[in-house]
Amino acid sequence: MVFPILYTLYLSFTNWNLTSGMEPSFVGLNSYLRVFYEPRFLHAIGRTFSFTASAVAIEVVLGVAIALILNRAFVGRSFAKLLLLLPLVATPVAVGIVFNLFYDPTIGLLNFALDALGLPQGRWISSENTVIASLVLVDVWQWTPMITLIVLAGLAGLSEEPVEAARVDGASEWQILRYVTIPMVMPVVLTAMILRLIDALKTFDIIFAMTGGGPGYASETLNIMGFKYSFEYFRMGQSSVILVALFVVVLLCSLGIMKLRASSEN
Amino acid sequence: MEYKLSKIGVALTSLCLCAGAMAQSGEIRVLVANHPYGELLKLSIPQFEKSTGIKVNVESLQESQLTQKLTTEFATKSSTVDVFMTRPLQEGKMFSKNGWYAPLTGYDFSDYPKNIMNAASFGGKPYIVPLVTEWQVLYYRKDLLQQAGLKVPTNFDELEAAAQKLNSESVAGIASRGKGAAAVTQASSYIFNYGGQYLDKGAAVFNSKPAIDAIRYYGKLLGNYGPKGVTSMSWENIMPLFQAGKVAMWTDASVFYGQVVDQSKTQIPVANFAIANFPAGPKTNSPFIVSSWGISVASQSKKKDLAMKFLNWASSKEMAVKGMMGNITMARSSVWEDQVVRSKMNPGLIETRAFAAKNGTPVDRPYMSAVGEARDLIGELPSSRSTPRARPPSSIR
Repeated sequence: MVFPILYTLYLSFTNWNLTSGMEPSFVGLNSYLRVFYEPRFLHAIGRTFSFTASAVAIEVVLGVAIALILNRAFVGRSFAKLLLLLPLVATPVAVGIVFNLFYDPTIGLLNFALDALGLPQGRWISSENTVIASLVLVDVWQWTPMITLIVLAGLAGLSEEPVEAARVDGASEWQILRYVTIPMVMPVVLTAMILRLIDALKTFDIIFAMTGGGPGYASETLNIMGFKYSFEYFRMGQSSVILVALFVVVLLCSLGIMKLRASSEN
Repeated sequence: MEYKLSKIGVALTSLCLCAGAMAQSGEIRVLVANHPYGELLKLSIPQFEKSTGIKVNVESLQESQLTQKLTTEFATKSSTVDVFMTRPLQEGKMFSKNGWYAPLTGYDFSDYPKNIMNAASFGGKPYIVPLVTEWQVLYYRKDLLQQAGLKVPTNFDELEAAAQKLNSESVAGIASRGKGAAAVTQASSYIFNYGGQYLDKGAAVFNSKPAIDAIRYYGKLLGNYGPKGVTSMSWENIMPLFQAGKVAMWTDASVFYGQVVDQSKTQIPVANFAIANFPAGPKTNSPFIVSSWGISVASQSKKKDLAMKFLNWASSKEMAVKGMMGNITMARSSVWEDQVVRSKMNPGLIETRAFAAKNGTPVDRPYMSAVGEARDLIGELPSSRSTPRARPPSSIR
């Protein structure tokens, strides 16, 4: 586990470039400077954060809401839980290909439906303005159920006593939800959020299958950029810098949320 | 006694035969591209195995994955690849710089055009046998042009006027690749015909006026009369649209003709699809004509004799004729002169090749070591907002 991380770290201090035909040599921070001076890198960091923040925020809100609904008894609850599992077991690349068809501006279902409703059609993943939002929607479709299932498990393990005590004290359903249930389940929500956040920061398959980072560089996140620098440009030193940066970003975000979780437990 | 002797004789003969077969046999690893010729090779390999006794382990990959796999294996010196399909203009310079191609000094290249051999040789030595030739053409729908009272466009003004007239809510007037790096090769002929280039003596010159005018024209053409979402389309997205009758004209490489007219993939009668010379630009008419795929022996192969046997067979005239019969446009000159082949091939392919061979430009992308990166940077142009490029301080340049 440690070797790949250390080897990537070592490579980030070299100028290894397969297109040069030369052996790698140690260049100190040169590769770091070259990458940090590249506007594409800063844009990729921005996109990584905007994609992750919007996807995880929507997934957490939706996931918790669905979990609260599924926590109540109603007809067809088991079937609803089964339906929830379907996006989770789908292969992300296959999901990407299907959503590509869904978003296709000419023959896609989305524009067809909008047209039938008399609404304006969009270019979705072909437009710089809507590509990130379109990718977020796919991520939300696939990963909200994961948050729901974790929170549902958390809700099932909660003690009934505080809720009953609040009812006896005359609290409304909304007050019980806001002041009793949600604070009690919050550590579980934050755990689900950590897992999802780490995953979302590293999202590769959906983006690569759907847009390859395009149009232009409009959906190029750090992971996609790292892949391109490695396997399309063969700049191994600089791609290692990008991947080290991604590693640091994931680590800092995870530590931040873990701190938040610890304080919410206290 | 006689019986015993004859038995010994039979045994010895069998042993000799086995030894002979052993000398012929062996195993090689071959990497081919997901390309019509790669498919043909895969189908024909059993015959090669039968006639030579050499076992061929073949792997087929999509073009960019093929480059990635080869690069990774060769760079880490862990490769067991013996023979591989390669794109001379894409990875040729990088592979030769790294010494990953074995020289092919014993091969007879007399059947290949000289300008194609330029991209297959490095430092005066040949390293790649060209397999397939591609040039840029105009595919069009005969019936739609006739209905609109249009003749086949022969220059950019006519092309734009035709695209405008043919464009409707249900049919795009024209399509061409708009997706990043994929667009670079197809925009090249537009740039050449405006009098521009990507590179000149190793320096980027696609910021010259002719090149900028060409890129603007390309963007305007596709933006106004192209299919929706053209900025994320490569050939694999455009071809189904063309076959579904959603596109009236399409400029792309000649290699797709066979697939376009595959009746099992289209509702449009095949007679309505036609192929014409790429239209002339304001300056000239010099569309690209390149060797898109070749075949090489890996320098680190430990079975070079067997690898050469396979390479000789895979690039033989017999296989080239087979390719031509399947509308795959091969690089060998002699197969284009073969009367049997000419009688079976689409005349549009023969005519457009003759035109491109006489007037064409032998590159379709910035020809350099870091082609992938250059293509990405140029390919960003069709999208509306480009990333500003800061220059690092001179100390780290």
